[in-house]
This record gives sequence, structure tokens and C-alpha cells, in this order.
Amino acid sequence: MKSGLRKGLAAAFAIARKDLRTEWRTRESLNASLSFAVVILVLFSFAFDLDREEKLAISGGLLWLVYAFAGALIVNRSFARELPNDCLEVLIASVPAWAIFLGKAIACFLLLLIVEFASLPIFGLFYNISWIGSLLPLLLVIALATWGITVVGAALSAVTVNVRLRELMLPVLLYPLMIPLLIGAMELTTGLLNGNAVLSDVRLLIVFDVMFTSLALYLIEFILVI
Amino acid sequence: MREKIVYTLGILGTILLLWNFYNIFLVIPIDALQGDIFRIIFIHVPAAITADTFYAVAVIASIGFLVRKNFAWDSLAVSAVEVGTMFTLVNLATGSIWGRVEWGIWWAWDARMTSQLMLFLLYLGYLLMRPAIAEPQQRGTMSAVLAIFAAADIPIVTMAIRLHNVRTQHPGPVLETGGLAPVYWPPFLTGIVAFLLLGTAMILVRLHQETSRREIDSLRRELHAI
Repeated sequence: MKSGLRKGLAAAFAIARKDLRTEWRTRESLNASLSFAVVILVLFSFAFDLDREEKLAISGGLLWLVYAFAGALIVNRSFARELPNDCLEVLIASVPAWAIFLGKAIACFLLLLIVEFASLPIFGLFYNISWIGSLLPLLLVIALATWGITVVGAALSAVTVNVRLRELMLPVLLYPLMIPLLIGAMELTTGLLNGNAVLSDVRLLIVFDVMFTSLALYLIEFILVI
Repeated sequence: MREKIVYTLGILGTILLLWNFYNIFLVIPIDALQGDIFRIIFIHVPAAITADTFYAVAVIASIGFLVRKNFAWDSLAVSAVEVGTMFTLVNLATGSIWGRVEWGIWWAWDARMTSQLMLFLLYLGYLLMRPAIAEPQQRGTMSAVLAIFAAADIPIVTMAIRLHNVRTQHPGPVLETGGLAPVYWPPFLTGIVAFLLLGTAMILVRLHQETSRREIDSLRRELHAI
């Protein structure tokens, strides 16, 4: 039992490494996701003509919308990457389903973090918002909410992998599911940037992460092994 | 036999509903504070209770499908979701009309409204995804997983809306506190029973359609095999 768990974890990390390495060689979704994030930041600055107070009031909402859009682009490729040459079948035959999922989720998590940290300075620059002062709690919020986005995203990426119009269907299913997570992350981030955050609200992110990580790890067996 | 049950339920539900409309619009005394618009709650709240009941049925049926792999469960799930979504729409629309008259706005982002809207969006995604999966076993499994994800999301939405600085407008829980005057209980309960009967009749009709569709599908496959 214990060695099975260890083997599964080793396989998960191997899959995460493989995904990260393939992504790093082409940087396809990384580049697309990052440029998309920057484009949205620019678009929003045209959409709203705001003074400093107003900018601070919407800062969290803005940042997390950008992250959610970028996240959907990252997770979209996660399982679809394995479709050519029936790679997914080979993986399922050799590794427990939860390990495949965990590996994919970890890879997505790290990739999305890269996009987020790259676009955070651009956000600060464009909107003249300083986030250095609240960096540590902000890191905690980003880590928890990003894991939430990627765990739900990777699970839905597996659900939609064989669906027609996959690229369209994933966001339609993903965004409503992410609403409570985004509400929490937006609240907290706006609070942190304005200096009036209620840090106990982090509970919401933790509940979301725990709930969906365990649900996804349990249900992935049904999703992948039909 | 099946048709008899459907007709009995349908006719019974319709008679109850019409009788209840008569009571709601012509018999019961007017509310001192709200005026005539309060009569809408005898449609609004029963629709919500009916919708949520059918969503609960759908989640149980989804779990049943994952465990038993029997397509009857899948058919029940999709039928319940379809009818439930229709009642959710009735609930949202009547609520919105009431809000326009009472609050002066069509929509407020309050806990119950948001969670009901989320349910609507999540199950709309469920209904959108189903036709995009061709293989029945896969369609059933992915739908079931999605239904379970959606159900898991609702308590977190409620939690998210209760974060420190999110305001609420929805009237308090009159039913739980016993604030509903005795004269209003009969039309209220009749409304619930009427909607449940009508909804069950609709589900039975949809269930029959799903079964026929599956039979036609398998016949078509057999024909292709020959």
C-alpha cells in the first residue's frame, strides 16, 4: 500500500517534469497565455478610465480575471497534449489515474505561476499599483487560488478531452465552477492592495482547494478509465 | 401503465396549479407592506424548492450511474437536470420581477440569488456538453462527474458570498422562522405539490424519450455492424 503510494507520487512527479519539459521546449501555451494576459491588461485600461482610488477598488477583481483567463489557456492543453499517438492510453495503462492527474495539475500550477509572476509587475506598472508591501500574504493568496484554478481546470481538461469544440466547452464549464474561488481571491487581493484585508477569508480558498483536490483525485479514475 | 401515470400526474398537477392560481390571485388577502406583487412568492419559492429537489435527484442519479454503470441512472440524471433548469429559470425570472418592484432593481448579488444563478449556469454547461460527446458511456460518465462537481460548488458559493464585505438584500428566511401567516400556508404548500407533480410528469416523459433514443442508437450501431 505504502509503496503503491510512493510509486504513484514518483510517477506524478515524472509526468509533471515531462509536461514542464515539453512545454519549455516549445513554450506554446506559456507564450500564448502570457501575451493574452498582457493584452487583457491593456484592454481593461482602455475600457475603464479610472482615478487612483477606483483603480485600487477594482485591482483584485482585475488581476484575478486576467489570471483566470490565462489559466484556462494553460489547462486547455494539459490532457489534449496526450491525444496524438494515443499517449493518454499508454499513460493510463501504466500509471494510476490519480497520479496522471496529480502530475498534470502540478505542471499546470507551475506554468500558471510563471505567467502570474510575469504579469504581476506589468499590472503594477500599467495601473500604478504597488504590491511589494503586501508581497508575502499576496503570495499565499496567489498560491492557494492558483492551485484551485489548476486543480479544477485540469479535472475539466480531462473531462472535455474527447468533447467536440473542446476549446469552447472548457471555459463554459470552468468559469462558473471557479466563481466562489475567484470571489475569495478577488476580495483578499483587493483587501491586501488597499491595506484592509481580512486574512481569515483565506479559509474559503483552503476549503475550495481541499474539496476539489480530493473530489478530482477520487473521480479521475472514472473520467480516465472508462 | 407508464402513460397512465404520466397523465395522472400531469392532470393532477395542472388542476392543483390552476386552483392555486385562483387562490393566489383572487382569494388570499393582500400583504400590508408589499401590495399585490407579494403574490409572486407563491410561484417563486415553490419553483426554487422544486428545482433544487430535482437537482438533488440528478446528483444522486449521477452517483448511481458512476457506481452501477446502468444507463437508466444517466437518463434520470439528464431528465432531472433539464426540468430542474426550467424551474430555476422560473425562479430567477419571478425573483427578478419581484426585485424590480420592491427594490427598484432587477438583480442584486446576494447569497441566495447568486447561488441559484450559479446552479443555473453550471447545469446549463452540463446540458451544453452532453450532445458534444458521441460515445454514450463516456457521455454518461463525464456528465455525472460534472453534476457532482457542480453540487460540491454550491456550499462554497454560499460561503463566498458571506465574506465580510458582501452585502445581502434577499428577504430573511420567513419559512424557517415561522413568520408566514397561517392563511398563506395552504397556497404555498399547494404550489410546491403542484410543481413537483408537473415536474415529475415531465421527467417521466423525458425519461421515456431518453430510453427510446438509446434503443434507436443501439439498433443503428447493430445495423452498422452488419
